[in-house]
Amino acid sequence: MADTVFAPWDDPDQKPLIRFRNVTKRFGDFTAIDDLTLDIFEQEFFALLGPSGCGKTTMMRMLAGFENPTEGRIELAGNDIAGVPPNKRAVNMMFQSYALFPHLSIWDNIAFGLRRESSDKAAISARVEEMLKLTRLEKFAKRKPHQISGGQRQRVALARSLAKAPKLLLLDEPLGALDAKLREATQFELMDIQEKTGTTFVIVTHDQEEAMTVASRVAVMDEGRIMQVATPEQIYEAPQSVYVADFIGDVNIIRGSATAVGPDRYQIAWAEGRDPVHAVSTRPFSDGQECHLAIRPEKVSIHAEHPAADNAVQGKVLDIAYLGNLSTYHVELPTGEIIKAQVANTRRISRRAFTWEDPVWISWTETAGVLLDQ
Amino acid sequence: MKRAFLIAVPYVWLLALFLIPFAVVFKISLSDIELAIPPYTPTMKDGLWTMLSQLDFENFIFLTQDDLYWKAYLSSLQIALISTVLTLMVGYPMAYAMARAPEQWRPTLLMLVILPFWTSFLIRVYAWIGILSNEGFLNQFLLWIGIIDTPLTVLNTNTAVYIGIVYTYLPFMILPIYSALDRLDGSLIEAAEDLGCSRLKAFWLVTIPLSKNGIIAGCFLVFIPALGEFVIPSLLGGSGTLMIGKVLFEEFFSNRDWPVASAVAVILLLILIVPIVLFQRNEQKQAEAEK
Repeated sequence: MADTVFAPWDDPDQKPLIRFRNVTKRFGDFTAIDDLTLDIFEQEFFALLGPSGCGKTTMMRMLAGFENPTEGRIELAGNDIAGVPPNKRAVNMMFQSYALFPHLSIWDNIAFGLRRESSDKAAISARVEEMLKLTRLEKFAKRKPHQISGGQRQRVALARSLAKAPKLLLLDEPLGALDAKLREATQFELMDIQEKTGTTFVIVTHDQEEAMTVASRVAVMDEGRIMQVATPEQIYEAPQSVYVADFIGDVNIIRGSATAVGPDRYQIAWAEGRDPVHAVSTRPFSDGQECHLAIRPEKVSIHAEHPAADNAVQGKVLDIAYLGNLSTYHVELPTGEIIKAQVANTRRISRRAFTWEDPVWISWTETAGVLLDQ
Repeated sequence: MKRAFLIAVPYVWLLALFLIPFAVVFKISLSDIELAIPPYTPTMKDGLWTMLSQLDFENFIFLTQDDLYWKAYLSSLQIALISTVLTLMVGYPMAYAMARAPEQWRPTLLMLVILPFWTSFLIRVYAWIGILSNEGFLNQFLLWIGIIDTPLTVLNTNTAVYIGIVYTYLPFMILPIYSALDRLDGSLIEAAEDLGCSRLKAFWLVTIPLSKNGIIAGCFLVFIPALGEFVIPSLLGGSGTLMIGKVLFEEFFSNRDWPVASAVAVILLLILIVPIVLFQRNEQKQAEAEK
């Protein structure tokens, strides 16, 4: 076991591999990236996560050299890389479409980059063999890209972009074209390869599950800004805004006004004539300040009787989403709000305790939710 | 039944418009010249068996004895080959620029390439006489800007023939290359640059190989008709321009030697079969690759 956790971002002595310093990118009137500052460290598996059009691909293309920032600096290992063309950067990219050369064999595709910088045939051959082995493609070396499957093509694209041993590998939606099962397997393969090669990976994705699985840190983006950069656990458990909480996974948001009732404890008046709910928060709120309590559905439990809990509300089952391993109950409160409660299906479905229109109680603890001001 | 009918249509077409005329021409090439209508003998009037027994290959033997013919074939091949290369050199950059032009401009550009077909081919070739002649626009323009003192003789030389062929067949070169370049995925070029290619190297290693089929198709579409070209060499070419199409015309209409003219045509067709088969094979390969 490693005795230290990999967290260079917490160490002030660590020099980041990539620095975005107040980077802005405009296309005509459209601002794709808006005054963005970000550090990415060596050996990180960094995910840029956001809806389409949030600027994540633009960031990646600026790293690859296909776009230059309108304002600000991008540093790679301490050097400003603005104006350095793509072919002069120690950065390689795996394209969303894979961009394999259809007229070349798998072997020649992987060797393509190596041949540009060296003419040592033996060295190139050794490196290609190594890459083929790493991606388990030895058997397909002689085939053309159209003669192999989507998953294999994905691995060829990865092998080709890793062949030159770049300082930084960019992956643009690398698993977008694969089906769910294969995607999951490939995610672990990517992590494995990243660990083996020690290359810094920056992945662009709109799939939050993918980002959470593979990344050491995730940056959630929206409209050219970074909303939060943190580890997957922090992003999920301690989102800093309703946007992030809502973008990552499922969440119940209860709006109300906060009143301090003790150190770090608040009560939230959320509806006229209802008992306030309680929550613990290290984020300070002034009395009467508007707040949003974000609670994950799996942290809400559902009961037939009034439970002894920090917070309990009555409602009735409006809908049940059966997901196989889990069921999500949509419970409608008398105020009209809908709270989702997720329960693991540890019993057979025929023995389900609640059904539609059942009156139920839902409850959660004081520490279950996150109190947010925006 | 319906299937058989559908398959039969192209074969009937081929039979009626190619094989039967070819058989007629081939038969004439085996006949002898005669001052009559039609100007050859024997004909079906003599009865089928008599006609067949009088046919011989003496016209083909004649073609090998007079060096005019093989010189004309060779010169045609040379002119067709050089004009194909010239057309490629002019057409490729145009097709490339079209494929790289903004999306909303492309239909207009395509339209402009096809536009000359709306006027008669003959009129367009005559227009080149007006441009290239000693008193033509080209010479007047060059004299006016002071590059030359005496008019250049372009008309009635091989240069004029090259200009004519390149001009006429340029769309046939541009269209297949454009269609190949248009389908080219831009991220392939970016990938090549990302892997260490300069712009030029990426063009050479990715763009050119991936437009290869378009280049081959375009070259055949220019080479095949250029080889038998008659109008352009006879209008723009001079007495020194030797092309088999012109020889063919003269045998038929000036000499009225139909049998020899037919023999010339048969040989021309045999020469053309090789590139036509190669062209078909290229098209087939491309269709298979796209599946």
